[in-house]
Amino acid sequence: MKPVSRRSFLRVSGLGAAAAILSACGGAASPTAAPTAAPTKPAAAATTAPAATSAPAGGAATPTTGAAAAATKPAAAATGGAATPAAGATSAAGTTPAAGATAGAAAATKPAAAGTTTAAAPAGAGNPNTIKIVSSLPRTGSSKGQTDTIVNSIKMALEEANNKAGSFTLTYDDLDDATAAKGAWDAGKEAENAQKAVADPDVMVYIGTFNSGAAKVSIPILNQASLVMISPANTYPGLTKPGKGEANEPKVYQPSGKPNYTRVVPADDIQGSAAAGWAKDLGAKSVYVLDDTELYGHGIAVVFTDTAKKIGLTVANSGGVSEGIDTKAQDYRALAQKIKATNPDMVYFGGITQNNAGKLWKDLRNVLGDKPMLMGPDGIAEEAFIKDAGDAAEGTYVTFGGLPPDKLSGAGADWYKRYKAKYNGEPEVYAVYGYEAAKVAIDAIGRAGKKDRAAIRDAVFATKNFQGALGTWSFDENGDTTLTTMSGMQVKGGKLQFVKELKAAT
Amino acid sequence: MSCNDLSHCAQLLLQVLLIGISNGAVIALIALGYTLVYGIIEFINFAHGDLFMLGTMFSLTVVTTFGLRKSTPGLQLALLLVVTLALAMLFCATANVVIERIAYRPLRSAPRLAPLISAIGVSFILINIGQYWNGASPVDFPNLLPNIDLISDVMGIKGSTVSYSTKDLFVIALAVPLMAALRLFVTRTRLGKAMRATAQDREAAALMGIDINVTIALTFLIGGALAGSAGFIYGLYNNTAWFLQGFRGGLMAFTAAVFGGIGNLAGAFLGGMLIGIAAAFSDFFFDPRWTQAVVFALLILTLVFRPAGILGQTVREKV
Repeated sequence: MKPVSRRSFLRVSGLGAAAAILSACGGAASPTAAPTAAPTKPAAAATTAPAATSAPAGGAATPTTGAAAAATKPAAAATGGAATPAAGATSAAGTTPAAGATAGAAAATKPAAAGTTTAAAPAGAGNPNTIKIVSSLPRTGSSKGQTDTIVNSIKMALEEANNKAGSFTLTYDDLDDATAAKGAWDAGKEAENAQKAVADPDVMVYIGTFNSGAAKVSIPILNQASLVMISPANTYPGLTKPGKGEANEPKVYQPSGKPNYTRVVPADDIQGSAAAGWAKDLGAKSVYVLDDTELYGHGIAVVFTDTAKKIGLTVANSGGVSEGIDTKAQDYRALAQKIKATNPDMVYFGGITQNNAGKLWKDLRNVLGDKPMLMGPDGIAEEAFIKDAGDAAEGTYVTFGGLPPDKLSGAGADWYKRYKAKYNGEPEVYAVYGYEAAKVAIDAIGRAGKKDRAAIRDAVFATKNFQGALGTWSFDENGDTTLTTMSGMQVKGGKLQFVKELKAAT
Repeated sequence: MSCNDLSHCAQLLLQVLLIGISNGAVIALIALGYTLVYGIIEFINFAHGDLFMLGTMFSLTVVTTFGLRKSTPGLQLALLLVVTLALAMLFCATANVVIERIAYRPLRSAPRLAPLISAIGVSFILINIGQYWNGASPVDFPNLLPNIDLISDVMGIKGSTVSYSTKDLFVIALAVPLMAALRLFVTRTRLGKAMRATAQDREAAALMGIDINVTIALTFLIGGALAGSAGFIYGLYNNTAWFLQGFRGGLMAFTAAVFGGIGNLAGAFLGGMLIGIAAAFSDFFFDPRWTQAVVFALLILTLVFRPAGILGQTVREKV
């Protein structure tokens, strides 16, 4: 063969392979893949987490059949785990969902078979007097600053209870749902955490998640095992509220038919509407709305847009709908030019710091000058945002579903003092919600009085007039807090400063 | 698009075009690194985009070490920025040569896919180094360049929608001469001639007394230096540094290289500019989330009609 023809052949094949590999690694290394699909099609989000794929669709044929077995027979779980074939089967499902399905099915029909292999049945290893609480939060990446203070608060709540709830000794495990490669939460990691929790017979409470998109992955997995979830930070309305998200939400997350998911923070149907009301109070006549295309960011941007129109503000976007940004873009100058041409009084961004909010802010300020106000939700209510955006963050309005730590009163103010004394630093805004979630869990375990997932789940849902650090509140039948306090904050002098308390606009 | 009259519309379009050109210049600088290496050894150096990211990280560290601020006196600032640029180019050039020596050279006679996978591995290693260096979230790169609008403040045209600042000019003023210098180097110098010879026929070039290993290392050195300069420019222009910027930047640049005709220097420049401009117009006219789709649709269309890229017909005269 002549060298020339050989080389030209190789050029073609080399390039083809290069393109194939490039696209393959594009999918793996690009964090946008999962979140982008999430807001429009809930089912699509599930495809990123193999184990959860068919779980929301229908309980019968789920790959995580281990858990499904427990769901169809809640009584099995109730007996303390010894008879839960679920546990063993699910640990297999963690790595290979397909294999897990068959293993689970086998276990369901022949429970004895699962019991004989002790390694595959951690159910038998449980200590009857020990209850484990796990949390699943993004512990790697830039959310770490925020989640560090949440985890500190959970530990604090446990210590204050002397690690006891009723007659049970409490242990705690801090799981990470973020990967270093993404620097943010990851659907696969979250599914893995949920399966790990289900497989451990001692785990009775799952505190998490931080990101609403992650909750979407783990709720159905935990739901089948009747394992209660208490989120300190998810605010996407569709996770709990019928009619506030997609048509099939939240039923799609509840294959067992009973909700298992609660949150101690008010949802975005309240926050987004309070933000729009505040925008009007601040004198804005027209607003331009952007979002990061994630479940949470897009969700709150939609609520903001709808409320803004209802209360008489002009939405300057073409078509009047929120516009999704490319969260990996090198710059947003051209986008900022487009916004400039519509001359809005305010630009609202529904999204989180980790989706390039800092760069967006810089380009908006650079192109639009000082004139339009900039506003964002609790997803940017953190130090990391101010660090990323630098000077451009100054003057930004930020809404938050609750009160910042230093504005808490009563028990909350005491907690704030204790926290600062114990950890020698300022808690971030979600820390107190971590504390509250742990407190509710401890309270519910005490009331349930037995080591039983379904009973503890029911006890959490039965929480009424709970006197916690956030005040006195209850869970409603959807698992939402009855609290609706919102705060409006502004970045001044490089710090988030409390401005006023907000109410949902009507 | 919302504009009032013809003049306003034209101004908006011109503005978007100017944004595209500035972004395109950075893409083109990175694309040259891909195309140079491909021209010589027909190998896609996937780690190149991440080397560019390390260039930004390194520049940020140097700028912080020097304690440069916007308030630093002009001359001192300019001098230290030149030093930073030189150091960033040196850093990335050295890193690229080391990478070539360790990860690519031993695989040069291996099957085609082996060095490709090796390059992807290096890419992940560099990403992790970047994350270790400056953390997972984007960090602020100090805004050191004067931001004077040339149209309204220097040329005195008031009331225009178009703005072109000293920052935009800086990108062009640095990127274009660098690319021109590279072209001169490759076409006019002895070493450039050696590079072209190696590209044409490695065995024959070796028989003529050209040290193939040195020539290839030189190619990586130059590519690395360009990535370093692109990283420096990117940091100063976009005022942000992020460990993942290399993935997107590299993807765009690689696309630009293919677009223009891989292995062709002018093609990489042209491809970079076209992609920068296409992305800016797409951001402007559609949702920015569609920009990737628009850029790649353009690439596919181009490749369907011109499989070798826009300027890619001269296969024999690579580099």
